[in-house]
Amino acid sequence: MGPGVPIEIYLNVAASGLLTGLVYGLMALGLSVIFGVVRVVNFAHGEMMTIGMYIAIVLFFQLGLDPLVMMVPIAAVLFALGYLMQAALINPFINRPEHSQFMLLVAVALIMVNALLIIFGPDAKGVQTSYSFDSFQFGPLIVDAAKVYAAIAALAVAAALFAFFRFSLTGKAIRACADNYNGALVVGLNVKQLYALTFGIGAACVGAAGSMLVVMIDVTPALGPAYTLLAFVIVITGGLGSMPGALLGGLLIGVTEALGGLLFTPSAKSMFAFAILVLVLLFRPQGILGRRAA
Amino acid sequence: MARLEVRNMSKSFSGLRAVQDVSFDVPQGEIVGLIGPNGAGKTTCFNLIAGVYRPDQGEVLFDGKRIDGLRPDEICRAGIGRTFQIVKPFAGLSVLENVIVGALNAKSSVIQARTEAEDVLRKLGLWNKRDQAASALTLPERKRLEVARALATGPSILLLDEVMAGLRPTEMDTMVALFRDLNAKTGLTILLIEHVMRAVMTLSKKIVVLHHGEIIASGTPAEVSRDPAVLESYLGEEAL
Amino acid sequence: MIRHLLDGVPSRGLAMLAILLVLLLIAPYFVGGYLLTVLFLILYFAYVGQAWNIMMGFAGQLSLGHSLYVGLGAYAAAALYVHFGVSPWVGLFASVVISALAGAVIGFLAFRFGVGGVYFAILTIAFAEFARIGFDHFTWVHGSSGFFLPVSNYTQNDLWNLRGSPVMFYYLMLALTVIAFILCHVLLRSRAGYYWLAIRESPEAAQALGINIFKYKMYAVVLSAAMTSLAGVIFAFFYNNLFPEQIFHISRSIELILGPIIGGVGTLFGPIVGAFLLTALAEGMREIMLQLGVELPGVKQVFYGVCLLVVVMFLPDGVWPPLSRLLGLDQKTPDGES
Repeated sequence: MGPGVPIEIYLNVAASGLLTGLVYGLMALGLSVIFGVVRVVNFAHGEMMTIGMYIAIVLFFQLGLDPLVMMVPIAAVLFALGYLMQAALINPFINRPEHSQFMLLVAVALIMVNALLIIFGPDAKGVQTSYSFDSFQFGPLIVDAAKVYAAIAALAVAAALFAFFRFSLTGKAIRACADNYNGALVVGLNVKQLYALTFGIGAACVGAAGSMLVVMIDVTPALGPAYTLLAFVIVITGGLGSMPGALLGGLLIGVTEALGGLLFTPSAKSMFAFAILVLVLLFRPQGILGRRAA
Repeated sequence: MARLEVRNMSKSFSGLRAVQDVSFDVPQGEIVGLIGPNGAGKTTCFNLIAGVYRPDQGEVLFDGKRIDGLRPDEICRAGIGRTFQIVKPFAGLSVLENVIVGALNAKSSVIQARTEAEDVLRKLGLWNKRDQAASALTLPERKRLEVARALATGPSILLLDEVMAGLRPTEMDTMVALFRDLNAKTGLTILLIEHVMRAVMTLSKKIVVLHHGEIIASGTPAEVSRDPAVLESYLGEEAL
Repeated sequence: MIRHLLDGVPSRGLAMLAILLVLLLIAPYFVGGYLLTVLFLILYFAYVGQAWNIMMGFAGQLSLGHSLYVGLGAYAAAALYVHFGVSPWVGLFASVVISALAGAVIGFLAFRFGVGGVYFAILTIAFAEFARIGFDHFTWVHGSSGFFLPVSNYTQNDLWNLRGSPVMFYYLMLALTVIAFILCHVLLRSRAGYYWLAIRESPEAAQALGINIFKYKMYAVVLSAAMTSLAGVIFAFFYNNLFPEQIFHISRSIELILGPIIGGVGTLFGPIVGAFLLTALAEGMREIMLQLGVELPGVKQVFYGVCLLVVVMFLPDGVWPPLSRLLGLDQKTPDGES
């Protein structure tokens, strides 16, 4: 790309990246919530999102249902999955060293990716909604309608999540667990159940993100690990345990990726994400908005 | 020139002054006791000397050379051994292997280190337990292991942090005898933190009393036990 | 010296090892093509698992990006051979140096900046991914189109250029694995071995005993990387083709840690037991499925995942410790070495 590239192209790409970044942010939000509360690093996060995407695909091709419309049921299914995972796999082993729990989720991720491979095969699958080829124009900016809708949905879900944690009793109870595990136990909170709830919520986020992402890109089983890593990059950059940080990180990565793909080659764009990750891990491990891990 | 010199050492943690302008000497070949009520800053002093923390002000001199700011492993290699108040055995290793790790500081080969470790274990009465996993020891035995390990590093100065706590009187007497013996025979300099007055008063030639991070008295055991400031700090806070 | 090394090893264990070695030596005379390749793979995973084990079991650092070292080792030796005709026996020095350097960089960054635990694992993943994408664009080794070694027919084994029959590679891998195990056994009994265990158990106490934690962690990381690179060299010359997408992929990294985790992290025999179990069971399953006429990609991986899950949940120390007790081999080595 030479110097004569009009600024509009950059703006468009950046805007597109911003919108995608909101969906990334929602995905990362789920991871951040899980880590912030349960202190477990969900290595199966991207895989769970891929499951959500495939559910959307099936619903679309079998029943003709729009993924964005199906966002809530898909999120509900993932909620159940997440709840189950925490309750059955992680809670019983909560006192194990952290790398042990990490490996547990690595195993789950391995099973998920390959189960998807067996069921759906390796070929990419995508949806074509009625608005797949629409776009909106704001002055010099031209953005895909699908991305706009997805971004709005992401914002809505994120807002709902914030409200839940701020105002609802359960949300406050969960925050109490995160802040002070023993204190929460002492006041009689059923911490294990709250953990399961939290994992479920995180999974629901990622399921919702999946239903949004599927209108923007095609899905293959291999997407799982790729997005797990991306989620990590976002969350670590933004700050593990910080919800605004996850969104901020998502936006940052979305834009960097998009611009990086424009300035260099598209396939190299994830290198930027990793470069940022290394820099953050080294120089500011608590991320932009995170607190130093207790 | 004393073996160990602490000069105007101060350390704060988040605004809380743990140690304030502390100065004392540990002469070569002597046993010096560091006492004071809980929270006086004794272990912080040890940690400052041993390199776990860096003093905000002041210096620590070993044989006239500054050691403040060095890493804990460098300080050990220089000749200062230490035990931890909350013992830290290598749980998965055997008793003998624990001490071998220490002995490797002084010996160049594993075979030599093993011989040295066996020697130290015999001295500390842990020979019978040498092949047991460290996690299987009782607390008094773990305390002895802690001492054995530090001793095996071949230090010129040994920092002992409350090694008598939880010991029965007979066990304590054995430990006291051991230290006295080591001190007499090898000239090992010892600085010990103790709450058990019986032990520290009989062992030490000199006592330094810490209270709220500052030195409130120092002198022979007899002098210190009569010092009104010392009595007040103890009787005011806890029964002697 | 030899006596010191053999001290504490139960004679029953030595006997079993000797029998195993003999069996492995004569195996090529009794098993043909497919099974020989399976044995080769078992040894490959045992070796590379042992190399990984040094970083994890000895230095306590979880690396999920070990495919980086396999890939670097493979490409270095292969590139020197294809472009300059350099024998892999010479090229491997480049492989070792490059991988060791990569390990040193990662280790230095991690330890200097206090990146540990799960963060360290993520860091290693990032570096491997970086290499994967980077090599995709590395034109000197043909990037994503793949780097190919000229295949010759092997009526004659060319050991110098590593061109030859699978049997040659089998013995090579066997030799490498045996050397690796002896090396690890020697290391565990050495100063480094004691110091690594101490650091793993209690870094604070280790420092108070004069151990330079940074230095010894770096040893482990660099040694692990260097050893792993040799596996990469063999990989390149055995398969004769290298694709960044495959060799640096995170599933490779996960694959090579399955053996040691299932066998037993930190133990001497964990990696080989794990490699045997996994490969044998997986191939057995493949046979069964073939007989049933089912051919599904990904079933093996699901199987691996389930094994990993079960082991992590119910046998956190791996299969080897209870197995060694069963075989009566667990006599008096409480230092985790069995």
